[in-house]
Amino acid sequence: MTEYVGQSMPRYNGIGQVTGTARYVDDIQFPGMLYVKVLRSPVHKGTIRNLDLSAVAKTTGVAGVLTADDIPGQNAYGFYGDSQVFNPKQPRFKGEPIAAVVAVDEDTAMEALAKAKLDIEEQTPVFDMFEALKPNAPLVRPGTANNLFEYAPGKTTFVIKLGDIEKGFQEADHVIEGTYKEGMQDHCPMEPHVSVARIDDADRLEIYTHSQCLNVHLGFLCPVFNLPQSKINYIGGRCGGGFGGKNDIHCDHIAGLAALKFRKPVKFRFTRKEDLAYSTKRGPWVFEYKTGFKSDGRIVASHIREFHDSGAYTGLSPYCIEKCGMFASGPYAVPNILVEAQVIYTNKPVSSSMRGFAVLNGQVAMETQMSRIAEQLGLDPWELRFINAWRDGDMGASRYVVQGAGAIEAMRKCAELAGIQLPAKLMEMNSRRR
Amino acid sequence: MKHVLSFTLNGAPVDALVQATDTLLDVLREKIGLTGTKRGCDTGNCGACTVLIDNEPVNACLTIALTVTGKTVTTVEGLVEGSELHPLQKAFHEHGASQCGFCTSGMLMAAKALLDKHPQPSRSAIVEFMSGNLCRCGTYLEVIEAIQAVAGGK
Repeated sequence: MTEYVGQSMPRYNGIGQVTGTARYVDDIQFPGMLYVKVLRSPVHKGTIRNLDLSAVAKTTGVAGVLTADDIPGQNAYGFYGDSQVFNPKQPRFKGEPIAAVVAVDEDTAMEALAKAKLDIEEQTPVFDMFEALKPNAPLVRPGTANNLFEYAPGKTTFVIKLGDIEKGFQEADHVIEGTYKEGMQDHCPMEPHVSVARIDDADRLEIYTHSQCLNVHLGFLCPVFNLPQSKINYIGGRCGGGFGGKNDIHCDHIAGLAALKFRKPVKFRFTRKEDLAYSTKRGPWVFEYKTGFKSDGRIVASHIREFHDSGAYTGLSPYCIEKCGMFASGPYAVPNILVEAQVIYTNKPVSSSMRGFAVLNGQVAMETQMSRIAEQLGLDPWELRFINAWRDGDMGASRYVVQGAGAIEAMRKCAELAGIQLPAKLMEMNSRRR
Repeated sequence: MKHVLSFTLNGAPVDALVQATDTLLDVLREKIGLTGTKRGCDTGNCGACTVLIDNEPVNACLTIALTVTGKTVTTVEGLVEGSELHPLQKAFHEHGASQCGFCTSGMLMAAKALLDKHPQPSRSAIVEFMSGNLCRCGTYLEVIEAIQAVAGGK
């Protein structure tokens, strides 16, 4: 092991990357391959009165169309099972797939799609989380009582409690409150979303994917295709950047359905515009922080309210607010914590995972609070963070006992790299004891 | 209507049957099957499709294929010299300048164009010259290191 540990090693598959021989999904071509393009909702919210694809299907070079009726299994997938492969009735965000066309090339597919006769009644959408929470707000999900995710029947707020929050604020000498808003963000990997599917020589559905979580996605795909895992050869390995965006299925389900229906090799790829406009996102957040602290800088109470915009479907939002809440008070020993978090639906692209499942979103708010606290107390911001940093044995928000803490050492290294000379008392601290 | 496009690709003459609207990227990847050159944005923003046309770095996605008639095109597949990796390929590999690898082909071609013209570029000249090639993984520092290593003869 010593020949590897601590050593800088070239990538095991790096030669292919510098010679251009590494095979990414869009590099795969099969003779007679067909191409898919998707008919996307032109409105943010609407009800489809009628969809006539007959002129699309008759276009020269078109193999046929794909609609929800072509799905052998269920028209649902995703971590919470509520995303639709095709939404044939009430599209919930602009760009949501309604149907697809399969043709000899993408130009033909686009020309054919322009002939689709979509009669859709546009309805008033809701884009802002707090507008979506008002009574009488447009409902993103038809047939629901409100725009909130339910953790259990009637339970729309996710709560984390540590210690006694009221007692904590009573002990505090000072309180600082702050509201923090963070916008939507795309992963923007260099490789746009793409999938290639065909029926292999063993009559299995073969799908080439850039999935970041193959076995999870295979589990999503089986019920859509109504096939057992043994009938799907799901091939991954090369991903031209994911950053959490390829933690959700974007193309594999539709390419697979096309291969099953037409029994030809099929490629479905997003343009960069589709990638930016319609793929899953790091969703918008609003945080309300109330932080209680002693005059010596020790933080004694942290009350955090999280509002997370999930877009039109659930994505991984509930998991993100849980993980965000667990770490939203930073790497600091705070004895009294209350987190109350809600996932709110709006008529926007779906929020899901991105780089850390929202742990970082809370840090933006918490670290701003920390800087404000240091300013109010006239304390060195480094010292404020050092005295509050986790030591081994401290307890985190969801009652995990911290082991192997390293915030102090990490901050000291940052100071060194930045050329900052820290005071002697900070140089003597460590994460093993307070 | 299709046209015959004749040009020199990685040292050998090629003919391809193309449409007037095909880009050089379409022809390289979809018609000829050289997929080392990547399609990242298809709009000339990311540099993943950088190739050399008569030794000049160009975005293949913005180049109408028929305009390279009679010209010399070099792609990442043309970098290998015999069975030897090009020094830039070795340096990118050894310095970890390729993470997911999707931008690497374009980066290599831009770097080759730079070093062919300016064998000893300053660090700021490297940064300036490579600014048209995006890397979402963030290998910029390693890319600069790798180019500096080749320029320094290491």
